[in-house]
Amino acid sequence: MNITAWEKVKLARMAGRPTGLDYIELLFHDFFELHGDRFFAEDRAIVGGIAFFGELPVTVIAQQKGRNTKENIARNFSMPHPEGYRKALRLMKQAEKFHRPVICFVDTPGAFCGLGAEERGQGEAIATNLAEMMMLKTPIISVVISEGGSGGALALGVADKVYMLEHAVYSILSPEGFASILYKDSSKAEQAANDMKLTAQDLVQFGIIDGVIPEPRGGAHNNCRQMARNIKKTLEHDLKLLQQLSVDELLEKRYQKFRNM
Amino acid sequence: MKMNPFKAKQYATSKVYHTRPQEIGQQEEERPNIPEGIMTKCPKCGKAIYTKLLLANLKCCNECGHHFKASAKERFGMLLDDGELFEYDATCTTVNPLNFPGYEEKLAKTQAKTGLVDGIVTGKGKIEGQPAMVGVMDPAFFMGSMGTAIGEKLTRMFERATKEGLPVIVFTASGGARMQEGIFSLMQMAKVSAAVAKHSEAGLLYITVLTDPTTGGVTASFAMLGDIILAEPGALIGFAGPRVIEQTIGQKLPEGFQRAEFLLEHGFADQIVPRDQLKQTLGTILKLHQTAGGKKLQEEEEKSFQKEEAKSPKRGEAESFQMEEGKYSEKPKEKSSRDMEGKSSEKKVN
Repeated sequence: MNITAWEKVKLARMAGRPTGLDYIELLFHDFFELHGDRFFAEDRAIVGGIAFFGELPVTVIAQQKGRNTKENIARNFSMPHPEGYRKALRLMKQAEKFHRPVICFVDTPGAFCGLGAEERGQGEAIATNLAEMMMLKTPIISVVISEGGSGGALALGVADKVYMLEHAVYSILSPEGFASILYKDSSKAEQAANDMKLTAQDLVQFGIIDGVIPEPRGGAHNNCRQMARNIKKTLEHDLKLLQQLSVDELLEKRYQKFRNM
Repeated sequence: MKMNPFKAKQYATSKVYHTRPQEIGQQEEERPNIPEGIMTKCPKCGKAIYTKLLLANLKCCNECGHHFKASAKERFGMLLDDGELFEYDATCTTVNPLNFPGYEEKLAKTQAKTGLVDGIVTGKGKIEGQPAMVGVMDPAFFMGSMGTAIGEKLTRMFERATKEGLPVIVFTASGGARMQEGIFSLMQMAKVSAAVAKHSEAGLLYITVLTDPTTGGVTASFAMLGDIILAEPGALIGFAGPRVIEQTIGQKLPEGFQRAEFLLEHGFADQIVPRDQLKQTLGTILKLHQTAGGKKLQEEEEKSFQKEEAKSPKRGEAESFQMEEGKYSEKPKEKSSRDMEGKSSEKKVN
């Protein structure tokens, strides 16, 4: 399907596009959700827990958009606060302890910016995740399912393998924000989306991501089950490969992957 | 924070920092943040200060203690013993990875204006006799925004420091990620954080000094990863910029929000250190860590090096930092003061 960058942005944000929990339901079984960062609060913008992927126990972490207005408000439109990132890190450390692979679903316009987020160290929370994920002694696979916005997305995106769904976007900032900074006009978002090179196809070409997972005709929302099957195939393949590596090999490869960007 | 005026005067006549007022003064005339002329108006208290006095006073207002922005070059003068720096990767620059329209022209203009190749200077120097790798971001270059050149230079500095068993000090000053390099800028956050993590794993010390302003992707990566985090008085430090937050929440921000003092209060900085005490403070911290990590590790490394050398005779090749093809170019500049003889990536800046 040939669509423009801006159309992809709109598709990625479209209501009705499958969210993290939709994929968790279809890809895993016995999902057991874990809550709270143990410091301050539970952040519902990030869902995390343990589940079986086939026979394999894994830790799953997903940025979660609401599927209706009420849920969207509860989940803060998938814009995490620092405690969301700290919860994610807590679950990753737990995964490391129990030798479970970590699977992340990235879907956020960006980390939330507000008074509380700043007071509680949004920057510190993201920074810590970047450094800790780099050293996490268990495989990590990250899939950008819709919108990967800025540092808020990267904080779940430091992984051994990073994928994007065919129509997902991943960028330094929203096209609107980008346009308002560089073109001093937020209505030029369409042009920005084009200039920013934020599509999965661009990023795989740059070597920023490892691959593009094809979406069903018309987009993931048309056939969520088919979409899940496509993701499953990729995860199965990669987990098998990653699990064969020693911890040292795994970490060295992860380091080199980001080192060369 | 009010500075002791007596102390400030003392420093005005002291030669400890070798700031060489005339030289810095000449550079100042090209700087946008300090207006030309004999007098400079302090943006905080509004008093007019003799520019010469301001420069001799480490660019701090001698009335109210306001810390003016300082260039990378000035910082090294204030910080390093004899102001002496062995600069690394002086010519490392970006090649416009997104092919962003107009970026190269703007870059060339900024380079000509500031005399910098990109927004950071990295190298090795001594602080009160203690060797350290030091990186200083320059707020005048694209507002200190981080793109691939800054990410690459920082990463190389951390890798060198890890190899040599040296502590790292980074002065941050950044408006965030460099928009024109898009997703590549974002990835620098992961890349530099990775190098920081490796350096940390080797038991080595990393100090960050947050200066005005430190925001965005820099805050959300290496700025907040220091073992010890210092900040200059009054510096704006945050993830999202104040304007963006005001727009998002639709209300005015409280006085002092996201200032260094706010960070200290909320537990995200260890100390606020006025500029005239910075060198001494850093010297003390370095001394306190003299025995930790560094030397022991170097010995261990040497042993393992020898072992590995015995295993693979080609070790030497892998060690040299090679330029990636395409992405970065060592830009050969026309014979300028920033040029260096030969192909060595080290040079001495006085």
